[in-house]
Amino acid sequence: MSDVMEQTSTGLREIVSFTINGQGFCIDIGHVLEIRGWTPTTKLPHAPEYVTGLMNLRGTVLPVIDLSMRLGLGQSEPNPRHVIIIVKLGDSTVGFLVEAVSDILTVRPEEMKPTPDVASNQTKDFIEGVFARDDQLLRALDLKSIMPAGQGAI
Amino acid sequence: MTDLRTAFFEECEELLETLSDGLASLEDGADDSETVNSIFRAVHSIKGSAGAFGLDALAEFSHIFENVLDLLRDGELTVDEDLMQLLYASGDHLSYLVESANGGVEVEPGRAAALIADLRRTANADSAEADDEKSGDVSAEDVAAIDAFEPINLDLGLPDLGSIGADDPAPSDGPPKYTIRFAPKDELFETGHDPVLIFRALRALGPVEVTADLADLPAFGEIEWDRPYLSWTLTLETEAGRDGIEAVFDFVSDLCDLEIVPVLPPSATEPVEPPTDGGETPDDSGPGNADEGTGNTPAAASSETSMEEHSAESPKPSAKKADGHSPKAARDTIRVELERVDRLVNIVGELVISEAMLRQAMSDSAMSAHGPAANAMGQLRQLSGELQESVMAIRAQPVRGLFQRMSRIVREVTRETGKNARMVTEGEATEVDKTVIERLVDPLTHMIRNASDHGLEMPDRREAAGKKPVGTVTLSAAHRSGRVIIELRDDGAGINRPKVRELAITKGLIAAGDELSDTEIDNLLFAPGFSTSEKVSNLSGRGVGMDVVRSEIQALGGRVSIASEWGKGTVFSISLPLTLAVLEGMIVEVAGEKIVVPTTTLRETVRASEAAMHCLGDSERVLSMRDGLVPIVDLGESLGFRGRVSDFSDQSLLLIETDTGQRTALAVDRVYDQREVVIKGLEQNYRQVPGIAAATILGDGRIALIADTDQFTSTGPGTAAASASASGDLFDDFSDFGV
Repeated sequence: MSDVMEQTSTGLREIVSFTINGQGFCIDIGHVLEIRGWTPTTKLPHAPEYVTGLMNLRGTVLPVIDLSMRLGLGQSEPNPRHVIIIVKLGDSTVGFLVEAVSDILTVRPEEMKPTPDVASNQTKDFIEGVFARDDQLLRALDLKSIMPAGQGAI
Repeated sequence: MTDLRTAFFEECEELLETLSDGLASLEDGADDSETVNSIFRAVHSIKGSAGAFGLDALAEFSHIFENVLDLLRDGELTVDEDLMQLLYASGDHLSYLVESANGGVEVEPGRAAALIADLRRTANADSAEADDEKSGDVSAEDVAAIDAFEPINLDLGLPDLGSIGADDPAPSDGPPKYTIRFAPKDELFETGHDPVLIFRALRALGPVEVTADLADLPAFGEIEWDRPYLSWTLTLETEAGRDGIEAVFDFVSDLCDLEIVPVLPPSATEPVEPPTDGGETPDDSGPGNADEGTGNTPAAASSETSMEEHSAESPKPSAKKADGHSPKAARDTIRVELERVDRLVNIVGELVISEAMLRQAMSDSAMSAHGPAANAMGQLRQLSGELQESVMAIRAQPVRGLFQRMSRIVREVTRETGKNARMVTEGEATEVDKTVIERLVDPLTHMIRNASDHGLEMPDRREAAGKKPVGTVTLSAAHRSGRVIIELRDDGAGINRPKVRELAITKGLIAAGDELSDTEIDNLLFAPGFSTSEKVSNLSGRGVGMDVVRSEIQALGGRVSIASEWGKGTVFSISLPLTLAVLEGMIVEVAGEKIVVPTTTLRETVRASEAAMHCLGDSERVLSMRDGLVPIVDLGESLGFRGRVSDFSDQSLLLIETDTGQRTALAVDRVYDQREVVIKGLEQNYRQVPGIAAATILGDGRIALIADTDQFTSTGPGTAAASASASGDLFDDFSDFGV
């Protein structure tokens, strides 16, 4: 993952932190195209449960992924306070449905700790490490495993 | 440099197309000079540019090819079957060389050795009488020899200046001679012209002798550097006539003193005024011209040949002028990067959506439907519609190039299998979206290979069956009701249905007891994991099967159907949308979601409460129509939006019929209106979804899915839905069909 991560010249990383089901997560800011308020999506047939549906981003059709569902934290009940983080990974663009975006932080890469080997739950498979900030734990998402093998395999 | 290269290869593509066109009409018997000339010019242009780019293999081969064409142009070769084959093979090889030069791929050595030998033999056999001691080293000599033998209009561009006109054995036997006095003025040099280039151009018309007139040259000390002192006297033998010579001087006619005087041969048997006359009216191929040709060549050639030759030559000066010597000649086309057009297409697509959103917003608000705003909206709608159409038209291209590629494949297959096949194309001018054409190459290649490799029988079997030994593969294109229909027909053996059935049972695609109609059996060919050819042949078994062909065509919004008659042949029909960008659809509602059903397959809309529905078995329902029973499929259920609906009475039924004639009634909750929608693919950011062709954006900005109606109509084994979901392992199977 770190090869994809954009590092500043000082070796610092900028991350966007957000909450899902009360838990803190973060992704590298280099992947984030924009953040939008929640809008109703169009249901997709034969889609995995974590694919909420399709949204229209200025004429581009994107799938929206319910990160909470994907991480095994239960299905979101989206309301207008939810936000969609538009993420670019490889050639495809997807939207991540999250509860709220909290902050943009600058961290040093070595601050990232390996995921503690506590629970063998689904969440752990999608996390490449954790940052500890102000008593809060930010789980760094591994986007590749959330969208394995790029397009066509969500 | 890379830009130039790109332009060169683009041009090559066009030239190869011209070449291929020319060869086709030559084969059809159009043995006129214009056809041969167009072929010659195409090869010649490729040679010229290839030389400039240092593509030696390409330049050398086109040069050898050109020599043969040149003899053909002079009427020294006649078109017969062998020559046609040689020309086709050379054309194919030329395309191959261009492709490999473009792709940077090394040309396989020895691939063309036999071909080159053939070409040389053809060229030499003819000019052997002129010169026997030809070394293997090409054609500078060949051409020089030919030149000496019978001077012709050959745009040489070769570095063999010395040999030209050096010794013309019998001047009186040759074509008319002209003395040209050429004295440049100051301006000629100021505008960057170079007499040497002009002389070279003259050399292309025939043997020329140049004498510089140094009489005006002052003593060295008095020379002013920017004043021209030299003038030249040239003697030129040419069939091009006065006009042809003047054409060379076209750009400098105001910048020099020019005098062109025909030289009368001393042995002229009749008072020959014609050279000038004939020269001035080259288009008028009347007896005056013939006089010029025959009158001056009493002995060398039979008068018949030279007459033919002359009339063949006469249109050339103007053609040469347009092609070779005035690159600034107006062209009515421009090259535009595809990316720019695509950006335009996208923006216009957005515009249409915004316009629809605006219209909806207006009708939702309390605005009057007849006010000035509504009028302006109407205009805007019309304009954006026209804009969209015009932009789409930019992307349209004739299918000619694609078809020509396919002809090559047929020839390749015939060469490799010993089968005898020819390809007939119809409707090459039919225009289709460029992307559609590009993405058709692979599936069509595969189908053509199948048709000529498996479809056609060996010559002896054909004769035994009372057919012509030469099989015909017909590829046709036509516009039909807003779609493009491409048909691939072969007159081979047809599908061996019992064998197909047997194989399908062995492969577990159908059960032994299944009753299948002929159409259903034919469609088994498209089922994943099907192949009737026991050994996968080199030609067709390239890792893609007919199932891939079908899914590729479906990805283009197209459908492919098959019809076959045992002993008579097989027809594949591909029906494609004109453009990938818009589609006419009916907006319906299912389980709270809006879905677009393409109108291309939509036949009728019926209210369920008024329709004659019957239960069949447990919960299956059928609709009783005038001409049979049609299964009812609940769109919401088959998309997985809801469970089984027990009561259809509030629903509407959309009767859809595929190209193969299969019918299904789709049950939906509500039918809205019919409108044109912009297609947005799902593959870029998501993946293909079974039952869904694409998505679109409705007037309110929401996304609606476009149903792929074909996938709801398929019955029996190997249904479309199954093949769509199996797309992951598409490339593991071969499914050629055969006899």
